[in-house]
Amino acid sequence: MPGNPTRRSILTMSNPALLDTIRYVETPEGITLKLRVAGPMARALAWGMDSLIRYGALWGLSMGLVLLGWAGLGVWLITLFLIEWFYPVVFEIYADGATPGKKALGLQVVLANGAPVDWPAALIRNLLRAVDFLPAFYGFGVAALLISRDFQRLGDLAAGTLVIYRDPPVKTLALPPGPALPPPLPLSAAEQQWLIDFAERGSALNPERQEELAALLADCTSGLRGVAAVERLRAHARWLVGEHS
Amino acid sequence: MKQRPFEQRHAADWRAFAATLDRLERRKPDRNAASLPMAEFPAAYRRLCQQLSIARARCYSGPLLDRLNQLALRAHQQLYRAPRQRGRAMLDFLLVDFPRRVRADARLFWLCAALFYLPLLGMGVAVHQSPELIYSLLSPELVTEIEENYAPGQEAVDRAAADDLAMFGYYIHNNIGIGFRTFASGILLGVGAVLMLVLNGVFIGAISGYLTARGYIETFYTFVAGHGAFELTGIVLAGVAGLKLGWAVAAPGRFRRTEALRRAAAEGVRLMIGVAALLVLAAFIEAFWSSNRAIPTATKYAVGGAGWLMMIVYLGWAGRRAP
Repeated sequence: MPGNPTRRSILTMSNPALLDTIRYVETPEGITLKLRVAGPMARALAWGMDSLIRYGALWGLSMGLVLLGWAGLGVWLITLFLIEWFYPVVFEIYADGATPGKKALGLQVVLANGAPVDWPAALIRNLLRAVDFLPAFYGFGVAALLISRDFQRLGDLAAGTLVIYRDPPVKTLALPPGPALPPPLPLSAAEQQWLIDFAERGSALNPERQEELAALLADCTSGLRGVAAVERLRAHARWLVGEHS
Repeated sequence: MKQRPFEQRHAADWRAFAATLDRLERRKPDRNAASLPMAEFPAAYRRLCQQLSIARARCYSGPLLDRLNQLALRAHQQLYRAPRQRGRAMLDFLLVDFPRRVRADARLFWLCAALFYLPLLGMGVAVHQSPELIYSLLSPELVTEIEENYAPGQEAVDRAAADDLAMFGYYIHNNIGIGFRTFASGILLGVGAVLMLVLNGVFIGAISGYLTARGYIETFYTFVAGHGAFELTGIVLAGVAGLKLGWAVAAPGRFRRTEALRRAAAEGVRLMIGVAALLVLAAFIEAFWSSNRAIPTATKYAVGGAGWLMMIVYLGWAGRRAP
C-alpha cells in the first residue's frame, strides 16, 4: 500500500541520547565547543610513559651525582622532590597541557571551560595526586574516574580540569568527481547530512559495506542495486553540497 | 547556501586564521597562508564562531564541522589563556595576600594549631615523666640514633658543607612532601589532614620530651630553635589548607559538592604556596644554621626567638594596610 510519499523519513532510525564521552562547553561567543574526554586506559598509559621518563632521568642523574658524594645526594634529593611533585605541573603549564606521556597519547589537560590550565589548577591537580594514588596504584583516583561523569580523578574534581583528546588535524574528505542529481524526495536537514557523510566517508568503507548501506535507502535510489545504488547516492550528495552548478 | 559554495567563500579566511593560530602556538605555520595581524584576531575569532554556528544549523557535513570546531577550540584556548604571572606578583603574594588569607581562616588556624600543639605538649610532658613511653612509638635502634645525634660533647665533630647540602636535600624532600600530603589528604573529609597534624605532634612531642628527660637540653633546643617557628607554622598551615578541602566536601553549604571543593581548593592551594615558601626557609635554616654547633647558644636562642616574633608579626599584621 503506497503511503504518502511527500514526507516520510528515509531511515527509520531512532535517535536515543547517545552514550558518548563528548562534553560540550559553551563559550562567551555563544557557540558550543566539543571536547572529547579521555578515559582511564589512555591516561594510565600516559602515566606509565611519564614514570619511565621520570625515573629514567633520576637514575641517569644518580649515576652522575654519585661521584659528588654527600653533596650529590643533596642535589639528587632536591631533584627527586621537584620531579615527584612538579614534573606534570611544569609540562602542563609550558607545553600545552601535556606531559611527554600525554603528548604521545594525544592527550591534553584543560580547564572545564576548555581554556588552558593555569598555575593554581595545575598545582591542585598534581598535589592531590598524593591522595588519588592511595590506597595503592591510584585506587581512589580510578574510583573517582569511574564514578564522575567526565572521567575526573579527585585532583581533577578539585582543580576543575578535564583530560581531553587533542584531535588530530581533520583530513578534508573530497567527494569523487561525477554527475550531480537532485534527490527524488525532500530530505530533512539531518537526512541530508547523513547522505553527505555517507558519500564523503565512502573511501573508508569497503565496497560491500557501501552497497549494504546503500540498500537501506531504497527510497532514494529508485530501485537501483549494488554499485549503481552507491553511485546514485553519491550523485545526490554532490547535488546537496552544491557541486552541480 | 549549500556547503560547497560556503566552503569556497570562506576557505581563504580559514587558512589565514589557521596560520595565525600556528604562529600563536609557536608551530611552523603554513607557508602558503599569511597570518592575520594580532589586533584582528578577536574579530576573526568571532566571525569563525558565527560561521561554525551557521554550519551547524545548516547541518553541513561532519568533517567540515570538525574542522571549524577544532579551529574555534584552538582560538578559544589562545584567547582565554590566563595571563602570565610576573615575579613581582609572587612577592606581593607573600607580603600581602598570604598573611591575609591566613587571617581570613583564623578559626581553622587555631583549630589546627590545637590539633598539633596539644598532642605535642601532652606527649612531651608524658614522655618527660616516664621516658620509657618513647619505645611505644619508636624502635630502640631509632631512639639510640636520635640520642647519638644530640649527645653533648660532640662539638668537635662539625659537619662538612657537603653533609649540610645532603641534609638540605633531605629536609626539602621529606618536610615539604609531608606538607603537601597533609594538604592533599584533607580531601578525605579532613581525616587525613587531622591525622597528619596529630601524628606529627605526637612524634615531635615524644622526641622532645625524651631528649629533655635525658638532659640533652642544650644540644637539642639550640638545634630546633632556629627553624622551629617556620617549620611548625608551615605544618599547621598545611593542615588548614587540607581541612578546607575536607570541610568543603563534608559541608558544601549552598554550593554543589564539586563546586564547593573547587572553591576550597583554589583557596587552599594559595595557602600551600605560602606553606612551601615557609618550609623551604625552614629547611635552609635547619641545614645550614641549626646544625652549626660553632654558633654560641645565646645567639641561637635569640635568633629562634626572633623567628617566632617575626612569624607572629607577619601572620598577624602583614598586609593589613596595603590597598
